[in-house]
Amino acid sequence: MDRDLSAILARHHHDGGRLVQILRDVMAVAGHISPGAITRVAEALALPRGHVEGVAGFYSFFATEPRGRYRVRFSDNVTDQMAGSRALAQRMLDAFRIELGEVSRDGLVSVGLTSCTGLCDQGPAMLVNDHAIARLTPARIGAITSLIRGGSPVAQWPDNLFRIDSHIRRRDLLLGAPFAAGDGVAAALARGAADVRLQIEQSGLRGRGGAGFSTATKWAACAAAPGPVRHVVCNADEGEPGTFKDRELLAHHLDLVLDGMTVAAVAVGATHGLLYLRGEYPFLIAPIQAALADRRARGLLGRDVGGARGFDFDIELHVGAGAYVCGEESALLESLEGKRGIPRNRPPYPVTHGYRQQPTVVNNVETLAAAALIAVHGGAWFRAVGTPRSAGTKILSVSGDVERPGVYEVPFGTAVRDVLAEAGALDVQAVQVGGPSGTLLAGSELGRRIAFEDVPSAGAVMVFDRTRDILGVVDNFARFFAHESCGFCTPCRVGTTLNHHLMARVCAGKGSRRDVDDLVRVSRLMKAASHCGLGTTAGNPVLDALAKFRPAFDARVASEPGPAFDLDEALAPAREATARDDAGAHLDPEAP
Amino acid sequence: MSEPTFTLDGDDVPFTEGQTILQAALGARRYVPYLCFHKDFKPHGSCKVCTVKVNGHHAAGCTTPARAGDVVESQTEELTELRRDLVQFLFTEGNHFCPSCEQSGRCTLQAVGYELGVTQGHYNPLFPTRPLDASHPDVLLELNRCILCELCVRASAQVDRKHVFALSGRGLTKHLVVNAESGRLGDTDLAVEDKAMKVCPVGAILRKRRGFTVPIGERTFDKAPISQVLVAPHEED
Repeated sequence: MDRDLSAILARHHHDGGRLVQILRDVMAVAGHISPGAITRVAEALALPRGHVEGVAGFYSFFATEPRGRYRVRFSDNVTDQMAGSRALAQRMLDAFRIELGEVSRDGLVSVGLTSCTGLCDQGPAMLVNDHAIARLTPARIGAITSLIRGGSPVAQWPDNLFRIDSHIRRRDLLLGAPFAAGDGVAAALARGAADVRLQIEQSGLRGRGGAGFSTATKWAACAAAPGPVRHVVCNADEGEPGTFKDRELLAHHLDLVLDGMTVAAVAVGATHGLLYLRGEYPFLIAPIQAALADRRARGLLGRDVGGARGFDFDIELHVGAGAYVCGEESALLESLEGKRGIPRNRPPYPVTHGYRQQPTVVNNVETLAAAALIAVHGGAWFRAVGTPRSAGTKILSVSGDVERPGVYEVPFGTAVRDVLAEAGALDVQAVQVGGPSGTLLAGSELGRRIAFEDVPSAGAVMVFDRTRDILGVVDNFARFFAHESCGFCTPCRVGTTLNHHLMARVCAGKGSRRDVDDLVRVSRLMKAASHCGLGTTAGNPVLDALAKFRPAFDARVASEPGPAFDLDEALAPAREATARDDAGAHLDPEAP
Repeated sequence: MSEPTFTLDGDDVPFTEGQTILQAALGARRYVPYLCFHKDFKPHGSCKVCTVKVNGHHAAGCTTPARAGDVVESQTEELTELRRDLVQFLFTEGNHFCPSCEQSGRCTLQAVGYELGVTQGHYNPLFPTRPLDASHPDVLLELNRCILCELCVRASAQVDRKHVFALSGRGLTKHLVVNAESGRLGDTDLAVEDKAMKVCPVGAILRKRRGFTVPIGERTFDKAPISQVLVAPHEED
């Protein structure tokens, strides 16, 4: 391990700013980050030990205690669950005779859950060490179980296990436009920085990550900010459950994205780019590295980019480690700097004080792809599509109860109903647009439109038919937010867990009216007082569901509060300690 | 040129450039409840107890820059209820048993609770399992009472330059860690004279053998509510 660690540290130039990348490599080699490794890394990087321990403890994909040599994590998005993920996980747990989250006694394997891995169009999905596996079936679980028992390295498992399918079902402005690497760069260089910014302004382009901030305003502020170095950051930390459109863009339209980053660099005068890829997409690392190398060889990155003397720009790939909150742009910057992903206080904003406190634009993958085409075709071309306040198209990730899950690019202003018809949704009870932090629509609201002024969306459209338990859906989302809260501020840290517990009680039929009142109270408090968008939106599923599916709650709760404390449940540790689970070990003889 | 002002519950509050709403309010001897703020440190806004409404929008008073002409609300029933709930959250999250705690009467969490009218728990307590660390000869680390304000983290890093404390974990598993491979406070270089020893608002970082030198009943917040103590003229500590 010592020699491995030295090699890892040397590979990252002993740069403490690369701590997340360093710890990813330690995980890959050692399977966990031991107290001794934390000390060694801290000493080698001249960082306080507590800082390294704090980073190691923040990201889901880092373990500070030994895990299995094979670390299996089942994607636990509601769409995975609907496709049977929990039963498949149980099958594997039974095979290895372990509990969820436990390591087998021989240290061979651990099986756990993880937040949505962005393979909702081909779920259920899992991650094994640094590999993603989609389309899980009992047969595939059997094969994986055998491979683990056989002990061969995951990288040597049959290729077909790791195949990721592409489901681009509808193409429009972005996905349908002919484009070759360098087209956007050449167009931007021909136009010059001022005209690129003007075209972006005339296009009406707004951020595709969900918030919808004007891209032109962001770029103008960054271009005007004083500083010797400017940065362009591509936010490919696509963590919103149900969203996988960036996965498709990066897999099949990568040149559009990398050109878009370079166009942004021209527009703001940046010399350095960073692409922050979520750790759940390991299959994209090698293709992106290859594309970056290819662009360097072709003069599209590096010195005098595109033949323009003095225009130097290069792009670095950073890979995340399992933290939804890092999709928030300032938390993403913290993570890029090798820290815990805690959203920053604003002002100052990233455009003036971003990466390493220097002027930075952070844009979503899809925003940058659009920018590349706007540089080529001009702002008016883009503006002609969509609605007056939402120009262009939106790439949607459609999953759940539909016949044709996949990626659909539609003009802004398209009715949700039309998207669902194309995807083949039948008997729709509800649609979650924009993921858990977005909007839950009832079946009667399908005439509403995808647009910033109606139903905004970062891209997810999850469909639930009438056989689905809507409370179960909300419970899944509540659990997600509790797992992903960064814990910085009180309302979100505690509120997400309270909501998770309250929803679990209600779903178990043990809830009361008072619990429902508390769900509202907690959700409103999070919305009012949280530090960042994660907390302010974490109560949305609960509030939307209560507004639109109240009868489902009322049918499940008692009018009088039951005991807050479950006496029989409190005996569980005693039962475990005595290895008893018979009727005499329960208060309620019917319980076991 | 006259000093710029904003209004706090209808009254003009002057401020100097760079001050936040909470800093200006305290400077004008106006109390706004808070827990994670300390005058010696840059505000970071994690507890959110100082949440106010600025021109109708919620914002943390400690991190929001004061701006001339802004209309700030603080002492409203709506905001008191919001703060009461946040304090309820903190009581629910940790293991806080005021009657048996040696910090009773000088604990900011307890005092703010009284100030806001928190008379009983509302949410089901989470009863976390948290360790007690008595390994240091002079200091007891009682994490059951930690409210994660990060004041000790900031004091140790910025003033003591020792980085004795840090945070690890995430969400509800977020917790204080100490700068030692063993995880024990006794293996760090924390000294009783350190600034980090003087900033804990609750009973998480305690001097050993000093718990009852001032009897319960005669302590700061036993004598006057925190809203008077914090804005009263007092000598530098």
